[in-house]
Amino acid sequence: MEFIRNFPFFSIMLCMFCAIICSVLRRKAAQYFTLAVLFTVMILSGALLYNTYNDGGSFVYYMGHFPAPWGNEIRGGCLEAIFALFISTVAFLSVLAGGKAIEYDIEDKKENLFFILVCLMTSSLLAMCYTNDLFTGYVFIEINTIAGCGLIMVRQLGKSIVTAVRYMVISMLGSGLFLIGVTLLYTLTGHLLMSNIQESVKELISTGDYGMQLTIVIGLMTVGLAIKAGLFPFHLWIPDAYGQSNVISSSLLSSTVSKGYIFLLIKIYFRTLGLEAIEKSGVLNVCFALGIVAMIMGSVLALNEKSFRRMIAFSSIAQIGYIFMGIGIGTKEAVTAAIFHIFAHGLTKSLLFISSSEFTEGSHSKSIDDLKSLGYKYRYSALCYSIGAFSIVGFPLLGGFISKLLLGGAAIGHGPMQWIALLALAVSTILNAVYFLRTVVYLFIPKEHLEDSNKSATLGDHDRDAEHVENNETEKSEKLLLLPGMHCPRYVIGITALVLLNFLLGLCSGPIIDIIEQGLEVFE
Amino acid sequence: MWNLIHEHLNDLVAVALFVIGFGDLLFQKNMIKKIIGLNIMDTAVYLLLASQGYIEGRKAPIVVDGVRDAAAYINPIPSGLVLTGIVVSVSVTALLLSLTIRMYRKYHSLDLDYCLMMARHEDKVNG
Amino acid sequence: MKSQKMKKGKPGIRNTVSQNATGILPGKLEGRLQSVYRIVAAVMIVLMFVLLATAMLGMPEIGDKNNPDNNEVARRYIENGLDETGAVNIVSGMILDYRAFDTFGESCVLFVATICVTIMLRIDGRGGAGDDEETESSKKAFGIRESAFAKLDNRNYEPENDTILRKSALIVFPIIMVFGVYVILNGHISPGGGFSGGAILGAGFVLFLSAFGFNKTERFMNANTVRIITLVALLVYCLSKCYSFFTGANHLESGIPLGTPGAILSSGLILVLNICVGMVVACTMYSFYALVRRGRI
Repeated sequence: MEFIRNFPFFSIMLCMFCAIICSVLRRKAAQYFTLAVLFTVMILSGALLYNTYNDGGSFVYYMGHFPAPWGNEIRGGCLEAIFALFISTVAFLSVLAGGKAIEYDIEDKKENLFFILVCLMTSSLLAMCYTNDLFTGYVFIEINTIAGCGLIMVRQLGKSIVTAVRYMVISMLGSGLFLIGVTLLYTLTGHLLMSNIQESVKELISTGDYGMQLTIVIGLMTVGLAIKAGLFPFHLWIPDAYGQSNVISSSLLSSTVSKGYIFLLIKIYFRTLGLEAIEKSGVLNVCFALGIVAMIMGSVLALNEKSFRRMIAFSSIAQIGYIFMGIGIGTKEAVTAAIFHIFAHGLTKSLLFISSSEFTEGSHSKSIDDLKSLGYKYRYSALCYSIGAFSIVGFPLLGGFISKLLLGGAAIGHGPMQWIALLALAVSTILNAVYFLRTVVYLFIPKEHLEDSNKSATLGDHDRDAEHVENNETEKSEKLLLLPGMHCPRYVIGITALVLLNFLLGLCSGPIIDIIEQGLEVFE
Repeated sequence: MWNLIHEHLNDLVAVALFVIGFGDLLFQKNMIKKIIGLNIMDTAVYLLLASQGYIEGRKAPIVVDGVRDAAAYINPIPSGLVLTGIVVSVSVTALLLSLTIRMYRKYHSLDLDYCLMMARHEDKVNG
Repeated sequence: MKSQKMKKGKPGIRNTVSQNATGILPGKLEGRLQSVYRIVAAVMIVLMFVLLATAMLGMPEIGDKNNPDNNEVARRYIENGLDETGAVNIVSGMILDYRAFDTFGESCVLFVATICVTIMLRIDGRGGAGDDEETESSKKAFGIRESAFAKLDNRNYEPENDTILRKSALIVFPIIMVFGVYVILNGHISPGGGFSGGAILGAGFVLFLSAFGFNKTERFMNANTVRIITLVALLVYCLSKCYSFFTGANHLESGIPLGTPGAILSSGLILVLNICVGMVVACTMYSFYALVRRGRI
């Protein structure tokens, strides 16, 4: 056990180390090195999770020779461990599945730089997840923001650059607000360490001093992180950013980057400031209200969207609304449900983005209308996409169903709140079903045109096509234009693993909920 | 009231600067001006941070002549945090400027809204 | 009034472009949305000012020694900092030893920003970031005269021999270099450190570059040296910090001598870290400038 406490530190530093080394590697080597490191981090997080869960406690780890209020510190518990496992798994599978496809989106000599960004993003997410210090949190938020900007702009199209500028401007507003919040909190409490701040805040509340200042601090931090996570009124950058970037970027941005900020927010609420201060400030009601609005508006916007990937991005806005609604209810069950939804949504969204990229790239069209009967051409991707869509809608056996069930169950018994929450859940689910099932139906519309059937006949099924691409040099370039690196074993493995994880979340939700609940118990 | 304002002059100036930077970010269309606004905002936060560490009549925390009494020096923590903040701000500024250069090369405009519109239009034309 | 001012202030190029592209601009709706946005933003700003200012007025007084932030944390830094880190400059000791993880994150911020700028501006072979073709085509499309961009687009354009600049650079450059090295090496005993010293060095390189041109600068600063220096400095930083974190967390002795406070060779790892940070920052500053100037380091 003693040695396992080093694992959070190892995983953060390993990613940083990998990023530094990647700057001198060639493209292929950088990619394989990144994959290896992400896999190691996955194993380390898994081992940490196993140990902390059996152990039932949490531990703090000095980053340096000095104890808590003086030195930096990170903290491990089973909630942190499972979140780290989630991040590293999604990052690993995204790079595995999308690694081939991005070769056509990024300049050859800049591909290693892209993997530096992936590594730094993962390490900053891990640091944000493990940190026990607010200012460390701020520094790694910045790394995450800049790396996120890099992920958006790496395609270097005109639109991705403009999108990156917008993302950066909006995010920097959030950072500024968050930093002011940290400064004010430091002035009021004299600490930057989460557990010490909590003690001081408790004292402040019992004496009744600085009530208004505390409320403003909470407001600033919430708004700052909500802007970065893309909660409803601050969502403007999301559809372009997710819809425009390459496979790995959109999958990482939607499923891990925004979730990291939300996890930090949960940490600030329940570990730094304490439930008492949060409830007194009424910020939970704001979260709840914004979450509800985001759930409905995100779905409505997605319904009106013509472009396929932007539609999936808009659905992300709705899903972030679900998470904020869960946080806003504020009870243990609700926060458990919110964290479960983070996992469910993360795994589903990466599956959707990766599998959908084949349709958009393959058909050279971004429009939903052009999806018709593509399901016969790209059978496996279409199948996986449909499973992802069913999971988001909340089909039983899949992760999305459990998280909606948990959110609904947590909402019951909260007076007028419960009706609003349940109604919003119902409306949002129906809208989800309408726009996601529409795409699924489109995919499997029987072939009408002769052209379509001809094309699919030449392409044939999966494995044969993969061989085809590798063997035949002359046809290679032609084929790749049509299917940029999609039909290779690693794509199939990555996407299958994501599907299986979705089933795992749906079928074995019990232990995962147990872990989250236990993690929340030792959180304070 | 005047006394209160006098006591918190640094804080108030910092807030005013922050709001000016914020306004710049929201109102200006020119990217360079937006970046300047961002820098003003960051500077405001550093002013706020640095003034939290200040203690009247004390010196900068560099040990002189072996005096190691806590009552001789100001609080070193905010100074360290400001250092970190400045580096972050430099990085972000460089990144935003490089993005602006690319945006200008592509669309020949520094107006973010206009560039966004052009990009959307381009998107539509390309399908 | 504000909007009028801004319309006047628009640069000429932008005006020609928007005239050419009037077909895309949706007219009235756009204007109405703009005014709504302005009003909402103005209200938000005023509200924010009032809220924050009221909050500030209730905060602990500035400069008071009894404020909550002047607690045992700051006291230990000042009273024991010299013994525990060996650094006379307590801020240096704090950011590079007590709170070294933050500072490591900060260096990574700089690193990731360099990577992003490189992705944006470095030109590799087939056009890529330079978009020379792109510029050509858009120039034609927008009907902008070539001469306006000819000079700016020429990446290898060097200013003509400027005697004043060269002579003064010859005098100032060595002084800047020595001063930069001094600031880095004395980071733990006087104000300064890796970041400030590195910025000074970087400014020196930029001065040399603008006075003598790329050909001469490339003899000692080129893409390879920058890459190797950055790699080595970051690796040393990363590994030495890993060692210190690992020994610290597992309660092992680090075995690094702290030396006599006040000497150049003292304060253990802080000196090494300052040198590493200084090198990284100097290279970063230089490469920012070179990338913006000609798209290559």
